[in-house]
Order: sequence, then structure tokens, then C-alpha cells
Amino acid sequence: MKQFWVFVKKEFMHIFRDTRTVMILLLMPVVQIILFGFALSNEIKDVKFAVLDHSKDAVTTFITERISQSEYFIFARDISTEEEADYLIKSSQVSLVVVYDNNFRENLVRDGKSQISLVVDGSDPNTASGVLRYANSIIASSNEHILRLSGFTPLSAEKPTFIEPVVELLYNPQMKSAYNFVPGVMGLILMLICAMMTSVSIVREKEIGTMEVLLASPVRPVIVILAKTVPYFILSVINLATILLLSVFVLGVPITGSIYWLVLASFIFIFVSLSTGLLISSFASTQVAAMLISGLVFMMPVMLLSGMIYPVSNMPYLLQVVAQFIPAKWFIEAVRKLMIQGLPVTSVLKELFIMTSMAAAFTVLSIRSFKQRLE
Amino acid sequence: MSSEHKPVVAENISKTFGQVTALQNISFETERGEMFGVIGPDGAGKTTLFRILTTLLVQTSGSAFVDGYDVKGDFRKIRKIIGYMPGRFSLYGDLSVEENLNFFASIFKVNPKDNYYLIKDIFHQLEPFRNRKASALSGGMKQKLALSCALIHKPSVLFLDEPTTGVDPVSRREFWQMLDRLKAIGITIIVSTAYMDEALLCDRIALMKNGILLGVNSPAGMVASYNNRLLAVKGDDMHSILKVLRDIKVVKSAYSFGHEHHAAISPDFGGDAVEKISQELTARGLNDTLVKSIKPSVEDCYMELSAN
Amino acid sequence: MKETTHAIITENLTKKFGDFTAVDNISFDVKRGEIFGFLGANGAGKTTAMKMLCGLLKPTSGMGMVAGYDISKNSEKVKKSIGYMSQRFSLYQDLKVWENFRLFGGIYGLKDNEIASRTDEMLKNLGFYDERETLVQSLPAGWKQKLAFSVAILHKPSIVFLDEPTGGVDPAARRQFWELIYAAAESGITVFVTTHYMDEAEYCDRVSIMSEGKIAALDSPENLKQKFGCTTVEEVFHKLAGGVL
Repeated sequence: MKQFWVFVKKEFMHIFRDTRTVMILLLMPVVQIILFGFALSNEIKDVKFAVLDHSKDAVTTFITERISQSEYFIFARDISTEEEADYLIKSSQVSLVVVYDNNFRENLVRDGKSQISLVVDGSDPNTASGVLRYANSIIASSNEHILRLSGFTPLSAEKPTFIEPVVELLYNPQMKSAYNFVPGVMGLILMLICAMMTSVSIVREKEIGTMEVLLASPVRPVIVILAKTVPYFILSVINLATILLLSVFVLGVPITGSIYWLVLASFIFIFVSLSTGLLISSFASTQVAAMLISGLVFMMPVMLLSGMIYPVSNMPYLLQVVAQFIPAKWFIEAVRKLMIQGLPVTSVLKELFIMTSMAAAFTVLSIRSFKQRLE
Repeated sequence: MSSEHKPVVAENISKTFGQVTALQNISFETERGEMFGVIGPDGAGKTTLFRILTTLLVQTSGSAFVDGYDVKGDFRKIRKIIGYMPGRFSLYGDLSVEENLNFFASIFKVNPKDNYYLIKDIFHQLEPFRNRKASALSGGMKQKLALSCALIHKPSVLFLDEPTTGVDPVSRREFWQMLDRLKAIGITIIVSTAYMDEALLCDRIALMKNGILLGVNSPAGMVASYNNRLLAVKGDDMHSILKVLRDIKVVKSAYSFGHEHHAAISPDFGGDAVEKISQELTARGLNDTLVKSIKPSVEDCYMELSAN
Repeated sequence: MKETTHAIITENLTKKFGDFTAVDNISFDVKRGEIFGFLGANGAGKTTAMKMLCGLLKPTSGMGMVAGYDISKNSEKVKKSIGYMSQRFSLYQDLKVWENFRLFGGIYGLKDNEIASRTDEMLKNLGFYDERETLVQSLPAGWKQKLAFSVAILHKPSIVFLDEPTGGVDPAARRQFWELIYAAAESGITVFVTTHYMDEAEYCDRVSIMSEGKIAALDSPENLKQKFGCTTVEEVFHKLAGGVL
């Protein structure tokens, strides 16, 4: 045990003598949060829309007005054919076309239901889903008004559903995009520090030749390697705190759920990432290789497949399958549920279980592949 | 440790990496307290041999023992009792001199003060740089620090893999003096080198080439077993002399050795070799040459053995 | 003109790194076609001096002419007219023998047909012609050194710098390598060589021994031995370079 702490102390010396790297590691979450939170925000503003109104009654006019009045949408023009709608979308003159059915008001009064079609340009799924959500929310928020206006009196038992409730809006009423990025940034930073830095620092010993001396000494290689994880664990905890503080106090994203469970989920993810780093170090023999493996095999998929930038549900089936094997995907989902949706821990048991299993599997694999000798 | 065991015993060790044979049937033994040199150029297999003996690689066939322990089965025991200095720089550049020494002492669970007497001679030159980072030391100083770190746990056998490669003659001589003092304390030293002249400083030497052991002997024994007659030839036009020497029938081989050429005369030649060579040189218009009979150096022996 | 008879001329060449003077006012000349041994202990300033002469480092003060070009003002021209080979970097291990020749020939701006004919000629002279399609990494160390040297003189430089070219090479290959050096010198190429093998110092026309950034001695091996009352250059070296330690 004493040997273990000797190694831990040595690792801290390595880290703190490399001031530049320490600064990068500690400032990175700050920069990322600010970048993602503000600069890269994909918020929807001034989206032009056209209206194809087959009814032209009081209700449809009211809904169109409500949409135009919102800060997100600008009314472009009225159109009269579907072809026109297609053309406007294709030529990017508008991003949204609102289509009202014939006899909109009559249907509503008779059946308690009527149909609005929202046509959006799907080539940019991020913007499209944003536009849809915003439009939906405006319509939903005017539901009561509309019903009153249409003169429909609901029966007390079955309240009519004019528009399906949009689930995301429940948890993100102000529609801030930062809400979606915070879990992603947490996943990325923790993966970066734990997996990349741990593997690079182990491989460095192989590269500078000290591993050879350590292997020829009584020290168990497992001690050498586990001691490497301690400083990066601590750095990750500091970064976790930084990210949470920044998101609450700078971005204004509240922690709606239990902070204890959130921290626990993060710790489990840190363990997954550390064991990923150990695994990388067992097959990389140069620092460059370790960086490439952790960068290309682990970081890129984390960014692209974990739902941090593109929603997993928008991906092709094959990629969705691949995404199931990305630890960060589960972490990001758990953080969304715990932090932003404020759901109880019982709703993330699956995510926690999967991450714990991954950590265990990676640790066993990497300890097994630790070599007692040079080959 | 166990004094009844030889410090190092190698029995028919072979090692292959894929298609490449790095070592082929290497067998030798070393005596306690001896300075044993493994001598050969790059690619001879010295480092592979050292890595097998220090339990870092497993031989493909054969067996080896350090202080009686099997390098394969008892590797944990061997790792406690050996000191190892690999060929390349193997210290932490971002740690200070003192931190490096303390670190290596602690991985062997020893207090650096307890064994300080072992490294005192070497380390006192490093004292003024105690707090300097290892990366900022000169080459010679780094080497002294690495040696100190390899010695701090008072190893029973010290393995030094090419400690003098790329080191200038002055520092090399100084390094060998340090090794002599360690030997005097009773530490068995196994050292490899590509510099043939360092062979003379060892008690016994093993000459290696392309993974094959050419021979094991004391330097004097090695020289005694050289069975050609060796001549040194000097003259004004050294370049022409060498060409002519190689044309003479009885000359097995001729090479430059510093300011003279060495010509090996086959033992079959019965006559006066000096006389014969002088005549041949004069006959080809090379006057004022000096030919004399000399004792071979280890390098001559190496070249003779490796040519066969 | 001295420039026409001398490959290297230096006058009070100095290089400082901060407070540390690595090369301290050295002045020496190397004649065309000469084999010049550049000796010194580790840290004596050899590498720094060599880097300045190759146009890789700018001198702090003093003057240096290599192959007729000023090393401070015309370093690009210097680089074009010299060859360089070191133990550390010589050939690309993962390229075939002829690919290395083509690459370095191309770097020095030789024409394709020129490269091809020079390559064939050099490989035939070395007896390596059958190995032209072999990857460099699978060749023995001694062969690699010889090939590296041939590549370094492929563009017929007027001077070639050899930085510890024979380190770790076996005794016979080391001597064969020196025979290549002699052949190059006979063809008129000036050879500037550093080594830790003191027997090799004896093969040089003239030898300089550096100590603490200065040139402690410079003469032919014979004269050095006479002057210091030694029988080998190695003893001279220990007298000069060892005295300061």
C-alpha cells in the first residue's frame, strides 16, 4: 500500500510540473461550457414561415397570428397550393409551412379535433426539430383559447386533445439549447481527461523507458497502473464541479433532480472512462497511438453518436446500434433525466447498470492484459 | 543471496521474434563478484539477452537462472535482487535528482540512507545538482544518476545494458572506474558494450554476433586462443599498403587499426612471417615499411571469430 | 583565394545559449579533399559547432564559410552543397533501398535519370545491387551505414558531415566503412567526421580536439602524438579532454 501512495505522489508531481497541461485540463471545461452554451447555441430565431390555409376561418387566423407574434417566427406569406409549399421549402425561402385542413373550425366543433400539418425542411434535423417544437408549443399553449374561440364545449370526462403534447417542452420550457449541451460537455470532458490522459501517461512510461526499469523491479505492474488513475480521478471531480457550477450560475440551467444521484452517476461514468484509458494503454505502445486511439475510437463517437450533437433517434439504425456501446450515450441520457428532467433515480437504473457493467468489464479486460513483461 | 548458486546461468537460450532469430543457443555462467562483459555490435542480441535475464522477456527455448532462480518461474524473486540499467535513458526527466533516487529506493522498499555507502562515490558528484531536474543534467551526469538508481537497493547482480554507448572516451574511462569500485564491494556486474577496447576491463567476456555466442573467456585467454600470427604494418602510404597486404596469399585478413594495419597470417604458413611480408611489400614498390609481430587485441580476436 | 582551396573556413565562430557559451571563438580551416576528424568529450560543443557549419544554427558571432558560402547569410546554399549523415537519422527504414536514393536525390534536386544512373552505379560499387528492392529495415546494421553514406554523397556534395557514423557497428564493417570514406576523399569530397572510436581518429588527415567550447588542439595525428609525447591519439585525447574533468 505504501508503494501505491509513492506512485500516486509521483503522478501528481508529473502533472503539476507540466503547468501548461494542468491549465488546459482545468480551463477546458470552462471554455467548452461557454462555447457550447453561447456561441454554438442552435437556438431558433426569426424563422420565416408560410401559411396554406384551406379554411380561412377565425380559428386558423388566430393560430397564424399567434405564431407570427412569437419572437421565433416571421410570417412570410399566404400560399394556395401544396406545390408552392414544396417550392418555398426546397428553395429555403421559408423553413416552415403551416397547413390547415378544410373546414378546420367545423371539424373542431364537431369532433373536438382538427388537423394542422407542420411542414419543415428536414435536411437539418437539429433546426427542424427545434422549429417543430417551438411551433407545437405555441399551438399547444393556445389550445384553451382556440377551443373557446371555436365555441366547442368539452364534455367533463374527456378533454379533447387538439394537439398532442410535445414531451420535450415539458422539461425545457424556455427552450434553451444549453440544456442539451451540458450533459454532452460533461461526457466529453470526463472521457477526455480520464481516458486520454490516463492512457497517455501510462504509455509515456513505456516510451521513455522507465517502464522497463519498473518491470524489472519488485513493483507489481497493477500498482503502477492503478496509481495513474488517482490524479485523473481527482482532476475529473474538480472538472465535474466546475461544469455543474458554471451551468447553474452562468448558463442558468437548474439541477432539477437529486444532486446526489447526479454525482453518483458521474462517478460511475468516471470509472468507465478511467478503465477505458487503462484498456487503451494496454495496446498502445506510443503516446501518439494512445492519443489517436482515444481520440478517434472514443472521443469522436462520443461527440457524434452519444446524442450530444445529434439526437440518437435521428440516426440510421446501424449507428443507433453502435451508439448503444458508447458509455457516454448512457451517461448523457442519465444526466438529462436526473439533472434536467428532474426524474427520480428509478428512471435511470438501466443507464447506471449498463455503465457499471461497462466499467467492470473494461477493468477486468485491462487488468488481464497488463503485461508482467515486455511482450 | 544464496552463495552456492552462480549469479547467472544461461543454458541454450534461444529467442525468436516471428521469423527473426535474435538469440541462438546461448550458454554461459558467471562467477560471483565477477565483471562479465557481453561484447558485440548492434544487432548482436545483447539487449535481448539482458531482457531475458532480467525477466522482461521470456526465452523461446532453453533456461536461465539468476542467483539460482528460474527467470521464467521465479521472476518475482529475481526482480527483488537485481539492478538493471537499460540502454536508453530511463529516468523521470521532470523529477529532480533526489526525487528520482528516492522514488527508485522506495519501489524496492529501501531507505536511500541505508545503502548510501554503495553509491557515495558516484552520487557525491551529483550532490550539487540535488534539486535539478534529471532532464537538465549532462549526459554523463544522467548516466551516474541512472547507475545510482539501479544500485540503491544493493542488488546482488547488476545488469548494465550498453552504459557507454555514445559516450566519449574520457567519460567512458571514468564510468569503468566506477564499475571497478562496485566490483570491489562484491557486486556481480554483467555489462554489455559495443566498444571492443572495454573488454580488457572485464574479468571475463562473451563475444556475440548476430545472436550467436562466438566464445566466452577471459580477455587474456581470448588473446591466447588466437591462432593466427598477427603482424602490424606501418608505412608512408597506408592506403596502398592495405591493398597490397590483401593481395598477399598468406595474409588471411588485413584491416586498419588506428595508425597501423593488422595482417593476420594463417597458422599454416611455416616461415618467418615478418620477413615474408616485408619482402612482398618491397617487391611491390612499397619501401620504408615497418613490419613487426604483435599480440592480438580483443578486437582482432572478435574479427577472427566472427569471420569463421 | 582561400575559398577555392578550403572547404571550411571559420574565424572566431561563437554560439551562446543565454549565458552559456557552447562554442567559444573557434577558428580553423579544412582543406578541400581532406578527412578532418572532429573530436571532443560529450558536451564540449562538437554538436553545436557542427550544426552551425551545416547551416542549422545561426552563429552568435564570428564568421564561417562552408563550400564557399557564408553560414550566417547563405545557409540555404550551404545546405544544398553539403551531405549529412548521422548515426541517429540516416535512412527511412520503411522504404526500399532505391526509394531512399530517389527520395534524397529528389530532395537535392537531382534529375530522375541522374538519380537512377547514380543509384545503380553506387549500388553496384557497394555490391548491393541485388538488394535494391529490399526494405532498409531488413538489412544488417553495417550495410545500412554504408547505404546511408552513399545517399549522403549522392548529390556529389563538395563536403560531407558524418556525425558518429560508426557507433555500434561491428569491427569489420567499421573498417569497411572507413574505406568508403577514403574513396570519397580520393574523389575530391571533403570529409568532416566525429567519432568516439579513437582508432578512427588515426585515419584522419588532421584532427581537432574540442574541450569546453574551444579547440584545444588541431594537427595531423602524427604531429599531435609527437607534440604531446603520446603513442596514440587516444592518449592525446585523454590528456586534453580529460584534464578538465
